[in-house]
Amino acid sequence: MDAGADAVYCGFNDETNARNFPGLNFTPEQLAQAAVYARAANAKTFVAINTFPRAGDQQLWQRAVDTAVRIGADALILADVGLLHYAASTYPNQRLHLSVQAAAASVDSIRYFVDAFRIRRVVLPRVLSVAEIAAISAEAACETEVFVFGGLCVMEEGRCSLSSYATGRSPNMHGVCSPASHVAYHEEDGTLVSRLGNFTINRFAAGKAAAYPTLCKGRFRAAQTEGYLFEEPVSLDAVELLPALRQSGVSALKIEGRQRSRAYVETVVRYFKEALALLDAAEPMPAGGLVTLTEGQSATTGAYRRGWR
Amino acid sequence: MKLTLGPVLFNWPAAIWRDFYFRMADEAPVDTVVVGEIVCSKRAPFVAPEMPAVIERLRNAGKEVLLGSLILVTLERERRATAELAAIDGLGVEANDMSCLSGLNGRPHAIGPFLQVYNAATAFYFAGRGATRICLPPELPAASIATIALALPNVMTEVFAFGRVPLAISARCYHARLAGLSKDNCRFVCQEDADGLDVETLDGEPFLAINGVQTLSHGCTNLLGDLAELAAMGVGAVRLSPQSCDMVAVARAFRDVLDGRLEVGDGLETLARVVAPARFLNGFLHGRPGVEWIDPVRPPQPTAGAGDRGCGRPSAR
Amino acid sequence: MPSVPALVSIALRPLPLAPLQLLLTALLDGVVQQHPGIFERLGEHVGKRIGIDPTDLPFAFVLEPRPGASRIVAVGAILRGTVDARIAGPLAGLIGLANGTLDGDALFFSRDLTIEGDVEAIVALRNAMDDAGVDIVRDASASLGAFGPLLERVGRIAAIVAEKLVLDVRGRQWN
Repeated sequence: MDAGADAVYCGFNDETNARNFPGLNFTPEQLAQAAVYARAANAKTFVAINTFPRAGDQQLWQRAVDTAVRIGADALILADVGLLHYAASTYPNQRLHLSVQAAAASVDSIRYFVDAFRIRRVVLPRVLSVAEIAAISAEAACETEVFVFGGLCVMEEGRCSLSSYATGRSPNMHGVCSPASHVAYHEEDGTLVSRLGNFTINRFAAGKAAAYPTLCKGRFRAAQTEGYLFEEPVSLDAVELLPALRQSGVSALKIEGRQRSRAYVETVVRYFKEALALLDAAEPMPAGGLVTLTEGQSATTGAYRRGWR
Repeated sequence: MKLTLGPVLFNWPAAIWRDFYFRMADEAPVDTVVVGEIVCSKRAPFVAPEMPAVIERLRNAGKEVLLGSLILVTLERERRATAELAAIDGLGVEANDMSCLSGLNGRPHAIGPFLQVYNAATAFYFAGRGATRICLPPELPAASIATIALALPNVMTEVFAFGRVPLAISARCYHARLAGLSKDNCRFVCQEDADGLDVETLDGEPFLAINGVQTLSHGCTNLLGDLAELAAMGVGAVRLSPQSCDMVAVARAFRDVLDGRLEVGDGLETLARVVAPARFLNGFLHGRPGVEWIDPVRPPQPTAGAGDRGCGRPSAR
Repeated sequence: MPSVPALVSIALRPLPLAPLQLLLTALLDGVVQQHPGIFERLGEHVGKRIGIDPTDLPFAFVLEPRPGASRIVAVGAILRGTVDARIAGPLAGLIGLANGTLDGDALFFSRDLTIEGDVEAIVALRNAMDDAGVDIVRDASASLGAFGPLLERVGRIAAIVAEKLVLDVRGRQWN
């Protein structure tokens, strides 16, 4: 918030949110403190309760909704239909946002959620192009929010079981993808080998930039080819596309990275704050300024450009 | 328990696709068949002309026919096709994307394994708006399946029980990407791989399979040995996902085990022969990594712990 | 990759491990005093042995974080099998990482830092320290006594070197 963010996503320190990493997130008391700080800083607190409640343990997620409402969250970000129903019927005045994990990638799916649960904003999946985002923003019955920096999901979020296939833990059920608990690195003569579960995800020669073994960002073999079959370990940096995104009618820009360090968060937020100021002054956007903070030390505009498919 | 034949996920040439369904209609002991191109809308025009004959043949053979909707809807023409499907009268629809639910408007329908039904509340919500059967996401563990099936006795709960299991869907075509093409000019290279394209790790370990915009497991889900447990939970049907192997033999093995005519061990041997050289997996059901195979006949040895730790003492997990 | 200058390395070597042990314990006490709840975020990783190996110094240490009862031990080298996880890298990088002035992921991806073993424990420790807002020199200065001037000097030099490191990393091209 000090760096200029207008709203911050927070999660409770359990599997109710999709950044369920060790040592991260908030107890209810800490989240209440955060909400107070936010109000004083004229910023908003969004509470992410965006994993899919486990059958039989739905109370954990419902209690998270209750707590978030009680401490005055400006919006809850949800994905599960059952939980959306609970929140919308129990707290009709609470602003609800639709998480990218709900996989609403078209006007019709968005309309379903707006009609059923009165969601006020949808976070769009990262597999859409700018043209598609513009078309959706124009027609959708609610605000739209798009990712502009950070981790890039090349599969549709919320419907991906790659992580649970390899490790037994998934972003949908447990709030983690390619979890650190199942990561191993070891050096073989200067080559760094990264593994996830029982699978080698990548090898990095001495001196070459390394990357976290996110499953879909690994190097594999198929049809006598070896390489990044799904995606390279790059991060999204859509700063050059800010003018196009503003024109497309998007309401909010989302910076991914609740699991990143203070240094990272502060740097990235300032960078985009400055970029927006440049945009307001009709000056050209910077490009590649944040390369050092990106996965594999390189960046991409992801699916926003049509050629990505 | 009923047997459902899932939609063909791969890009089979239209004549092969048609003949496959004719044979399944005539010979396979399945109760419900889901037809339709659900992975990639670019493929739909090729099977569309064969659909009426296939549907008729299946219905004449006493099979219930459902039309599957596209998993990921993003393009305008995909929106239109999905809306048209949802409006069809006289044939059941299986919704694989929320956009399809939007068009169904409360009419009775089925829910496919690509909608996120992870708990009873969500299943209940969908049932209240017309869902009469729900095929659950393949990554659900037995405990969740049982809870949902128990909570909704009037909805047919279905579990994905055979075939390469869908793990992810994207707007990017990985078949095209591998061939140096893009989805727009793909030349339908996916048609070369009847069961998808095998993906291995750099160590040569079989890992995944690519089917256009869809990523699947390399191994073949096989819950033949878990059928009794599923039945006890209240699961109403299991889904067999078509591969290029002899699916009639697969369906018969499942039917015979369910009816008590075939021992699980013998059934597994039959399936192993039918799908050779594929490896089986059933990890998801057992709350383990999906890639694992917990042999129902010979229980596994206790494992040392998750992941391969490079150094240090084994941690007490 | 800039390293802690020879001056400091010489000042610290060949220290026998015992005085070094005192220094490290004082450092840890200072950090814990300033940030009482710091290791509670570790959850199941409490008590794990984390080997921290400054590659440009002739010693290493093993940290065992535990609310109210943390330990830190100076060792000549980290032996595999004696720790749950190991982080190795230049001292400037490690201090910058601890202080949150350098992003841990960036350091790892640029291969300036190596990690082995229980990756999740390292992630948990990094998150806990990041949350607490640790500043090694400032936090330790209260309990340092005789070591104060030495550590202050190390800290100042490390801060200068860390800034150089940031500029260095930013300036590099990666394929």
